[in-house]
Amino acid sequence: MTRRRLLGLVCLSLTGAWVATAGCGGSGTSSSNSGSGTGTGTNPSVSNVQPISVNTGPSAAAPLNSPYINGAFTSVTVCVPGSTTNCQTISGILVDTGSSGLRVLSSALTISLPQQTASDGSPIVECLPFISGITWGPVQTADMTIAGEEAKSLPIQVIGSSNFSTIPAGCTSFGPPEDDLATLGANGILGVGSFPQDCGSACTTSGASNPGLYYSCPASGCAVTTESISSQVQNPVVLFAKDNNGVIIELPAVSGAETSVSGSLIFGIGTESNNGLGSATVYTIDPSTGNFTTVFNGTSYADASFIDSGSNALYFLDSNTTGIPTCTDASFWYCPTATQNLSATNQGTNGASGSVNFVVANADTLTANLSTGVANGLAGPDPGTFDWGLPFFYGRNVYTAIEGQNTPAGAGPYWAY
Amino acid sequence: MNSRIMSGIFVMLAFPFAMSASLGGDATSVQADQAKMQGSLRTTSGTSYNVHEIQASTGATVKEYVSPAGKVFAVSWQGPFHPDLRQVLGTYFEEYAQAVQTQRASHRGRGPLLIEQPGLVVQISGHMRAFVGKAYVPQMMPAGVHVEDIR
Repeated sequence: MTRRRLLGLVCLSLTGAWVATAGCGGSGTSSSNSGSGTGTGTNPSVSNVQPISVNTGPSAAAPLNSPYINGAFTSVTVCVPGSTTNCQTISGILVDTGSSGLRVLSSALTISLPQQTASDGSPIVECLPFISGITWGPVQTADMTIAGEEAKSLPIQVIGSSNFSTIPAGCTSFGPPEDDLATLGANGILGVGSFPQDCGSACTTSGASNPGLYYSCPASGCAVTTESISSQVQNPVVLFAKDNNGVIIELPAVSGAETSVSGSLIFGIGTESNNGLGSATVYTIDPSTGNFTTVFNGTSYADASFIDSGSNALYFLDSNTTGIPTCTDASFWYCPTATQNLSATNQGTNGASGSVNFVVANADTLTANLSTGVANGLAGPDPGTFDWGLPFFYGRNVYTAIEGQNTPAGAGPYWAY
Repeated sequence: MNSRIMSGIFVMLAFPFAMSASLGGDATSVQADQAKMQGSLRTTSGTSYNVHEIQASTGATVKEYVSPAGKVFAVSWQGPFHPDLRQVLGTYFEEYAQAVQTQRASHRGRGPLLIEQPGLVVQISGHMRAFVGKAYVPQMMPAGVHVEDIR
């Protein structure tokens, strides 16, 4: 049995046919770009709504047998710029409001995209630091379509390309590489977070103040280079012709552990009939950090809190502060003997304030079944910090407005829910 | 500011690029770097431990906690980008990198890092453009110093 057929059967058996398309795909399939409408506005609920699925993801299948938990997956279509036929739809892409930019594993990409080059013709390669690892690979250009939206000539990162297999020491000094399905946990990451680019102005500077994210790589070897704002890997949403000021993630309420749940990634805030703010409260965030403030048990964790669909649990504080023990076999999970019902208060920089009720359940119990892809109550320590990961999204419509983009509630960045 | 830190000697080194001593190393290189780079130095008197605070040119703030015996027993950092962790973690960098890779599979997804090994604790959190981290060697912590003091 081929890997893909096995994978398809696993996904079908777990979650049904639709999920097999949206979240369980292996390396993706080539297809023509017939599905990308141009957004006539006659049916906006179709053109700006992308299905997402929370499930065990593409790494769950053999040979990895390494199921994700609380990952929101979707698919994107990338085309050679200007082409409507030289295209590929890639599934198993993690939806991440904690980063910006599309990153795709080289092993999942079957079409050849044009390479971005420096003024001397050398290829541009990026080192993108995540929390405990980096992605390394060339910056290439694609027309990306998702739902009815299109980002033309979008700079993306192709991770783990064999053409650039030597990672500079200056890059691995940020952490070990996440350059394949096993280490990345997805076929790619769709960063639709608060910032328009992944780096910003710091990467346009030369000398010691350049953080070392972009490299020029002639045959003689790679060296850190400057990268203009418009050449950096971009949040694809800002390149959309419309619905380009942010995203909404809508997921159903979850009680305990489930195999999978389906929801929507909706583009634009207040730009269509289906993406208004309604009664949501707007919490503006510190534009330099992308954080706001959370108060828990009377202590304020100022500018140290964030909402992030790309974190797979609620990560907050520590056992000494919360009184919740960690698991004996995994110090990165909480393992209360009985489910804890807790409350915290989020505060925006605009003075908006609202309480959040949340649960912390026993992680050993929640993660015991490897077919579980969804677990409300999964939580772990994150000393001094509140990381409102994907369980925060269950039962909420969460808006992420992008820095500098206008919305009916003012310019981003902000979160609303 | 924490009173325990106030009671220590607080050193501010404002030089633009080089980091200094790393986790587990001794503090003499901090002074050497400070002299070489002609950075500014701010000192308050105290006895329990020293904190060397370095403002990296890329925006990260790195603190190195030095015991009375002159050893760096803890480091912390925050900023829009990680500092050079190979330099900050020194001889512990490879142990850190190994532990990250070991933990990935059991974590079942992406999130902050929390490594607690007998000889090394590393915590890294945050998101694109805002990272925080700390690392310490439990056996090297001076008496009376608490994890919460490292921030």
